[in-house]
Amino acid sequence: MFEEFFPIFVLIGISVFLAFVLMLISWLLGPSRPNAPKLRPYESGMDPIGDAKERYSISFYMVAMEFIVFDLEIVFIYPWAVRYQELGFGTFWAVMVFLTILTLGLFYTLKKESKNFSISKAKQV
Amino acid sequence: MEILNDLLNYLPAAIVAVGGLVVMMMDGYKAKSRLIYQTTMFFLAGALVIATYDLLYQEVGTLFSDMAASGSTAAFGTFIVVFGTFFTVILTHDYLIGVKHNYPQVYPLLMFCTVGMIVLATANDLVTVFIGLETMSISLYALAGIIRDKQLGVESALKYFILGAFSTGFFLYGIALLYGATGSTNLSEIGAYTDGSMIYWGGVSMLLVAFFFKISAVPFHMWTPDVYTGSPTTITAYMSTASKTAAIVALVLILERALPYAADQITSTMAIIAIMTMVLGNTVAMVQDNVKRMLAYSSIAHVGYLLVGLAAGTDLGFTAVLYYLLAYSLMNIGAFGVVAYYEKNHDVHFNNIESYAGLGYKQPLMGILLSVFLLSLAGIPPLAGFIGKYLVFAAAVEAGLINLVIIGVLASAASAYFYLRVMVYLYFKESKEPVKLMKPLRVYSFSLVVLAVLTLYFGILPAGITELIASYFSGNGLAIVP
Repeated sequence: MFEEFFPIFVLIGISVFLAFVLMLISWLLGPSRPNAPKLRPYESGMDPIGDAKERYSISFYMVAMEFIVFDLEIVFIYPWAVRYQELGFGTFWAVMVFLTILTLGLFYTLKKESKNFSISKAKQV
Repeated sequence: MEILNDLLNYLPAAIVAVGGLVVMMMDGYKAKSRLIYQTTMFFLAGALVIATYDLLYQEVGTLFSDMAASGSTAAFGTFIVVFGTFFTVILTHDYLIGVKHNYPQVYPLLMFCTVGMIVLATANDLVTVFIGLETMSISLYALAGIIRDKQLGVESALKYFILGAFSTGFFLYGIALLYGATGSTNLSEIGAYTDGSMIYWGGVSMLLVAFFFKISAVPFHMWTPDVYTGSPTTITAYMSTASKTAAIVALVLILERALPYAADQITSTMAIIAIMTMVLGNTVAMVQDNVKRMLAYSSIAHVGYLLVGLAAGTDLGFTAVLYYLLAYSLMNIGAFGVVAYYEKNHDVHFNNIESYAGLGYKQPLMGILLSVFLLSLAGIPPLAGFIGKYLVFAAAVEAGLINLVIIGVLASAASAYFYLRVMVYLYFKESKEPVKLMKPLRVYSFSLVVLAVLTLYFGILPAGITELIASYFSGNGLAIVP
């Protein structure tokens, strides 16, 4: 087993070694002039004020749920698309049925949650 | 085209699935609740007709490259599930309007749940079993908490969800171990395995644990009383009949096809679990004052009787179990239906047995119907419940499990107490405060009358259906049919 995977172990070894070396070099050679804004925790450019535990609008969760739908979709579609030629016509229709059901689900959530997507609602938290 | 032929044999599930999508979109585009209900009934009626045809004429075989089974047990399971859903939808529509929480989302959820149950009842591969089980369970979690502003309902949904997800873990681990031992997830290929390794036994026991949870056998029953009490009453009827039917039909298929090698060990396991289930279910039901909770414990007890048939493990036992499932579905949906009727005309705290005092005379038809269903649940001839119990216990005697049968019959005799207690309140007690009962809707009382008549019919003339079921298992079940 060790002989078979020898190149991979070499690769892992080199990458770990390289990571340490690069960090060491930047630590040794890089200039270090700290000031207040630089030492602040990074929060996408916003001022870090207040508690991290904040209440979010429910519509964010809806968007997250829709993301999961598409995330799962890609898991099924990607392998199918890669082997499209070999899998043939039956699989094509199977995937079409799957996509139809998924699209119906998407329309359903959009229709149900359309109220929540409006900006005025989202601001009210 | 083979796939078209497969679909044709899988038509009930396909119709219910398409119907579910249609009513879901109708709900999304804000159709009237009544129209959604009617569309649901339309699709379910179509599925019921085809399921009945399949029950009588479908050929035995496998579909979708061995993933699903058709004919015999599978057709029978499909029929009971669709039949139960049909009546549940009628009762649920009226009940939700009555308690003023008429959510149209309940119809697509019920349809998707039914699809899961059909997939489960017709599975011929552990992966299909898992997909069916999960489709069913996830819909049921949502259905249990469908009345969102009722604390008890939300609590029951959460309890059901957490424990259900846990048991699903057991099931998946069981599949993984069985696959590791036998190299297949197909039921027949697992059945060909005859070399008991530790991995194999681990897989079998994990699988059984998951099923015991789903059918709420002791000691995996803890969720049942709370969930059944907290859910909307007609949904409870659905959970206790259709979902149990689907799970037990799948269990019968698995025991018969996949685990004949483990038959001896399974018999002793089932016997012990059956004794615990029957004794606990029946004794705890005696002290319940909430009628819904009493029926929840009674449904645990009935799982005990079903397990007696599975413990026998013979063709006779499986025949008895399938007949029992039909009888149990009829009488339990009926009993919960009447309880839902009493509840919807008042507030949700009406399930206390004290408040049933004198109700039998207020609406005589409903009182009689509840009495019929309760007598059948208690196993009094000439109702279907009696024949079911007789067949189950006879199969166990035939298999030599005399001790099990003695305990079962004693537990069953004790159960008469808490069923008759409800009737005592209905007819022999004066109500303390004046109660006004609305007249039930015609379709509501009619569907309950149909269930009661069928309970009576299958009690008096069981031979037709038992012969049909016995023919699934090489005809050996005919020996003791009355």
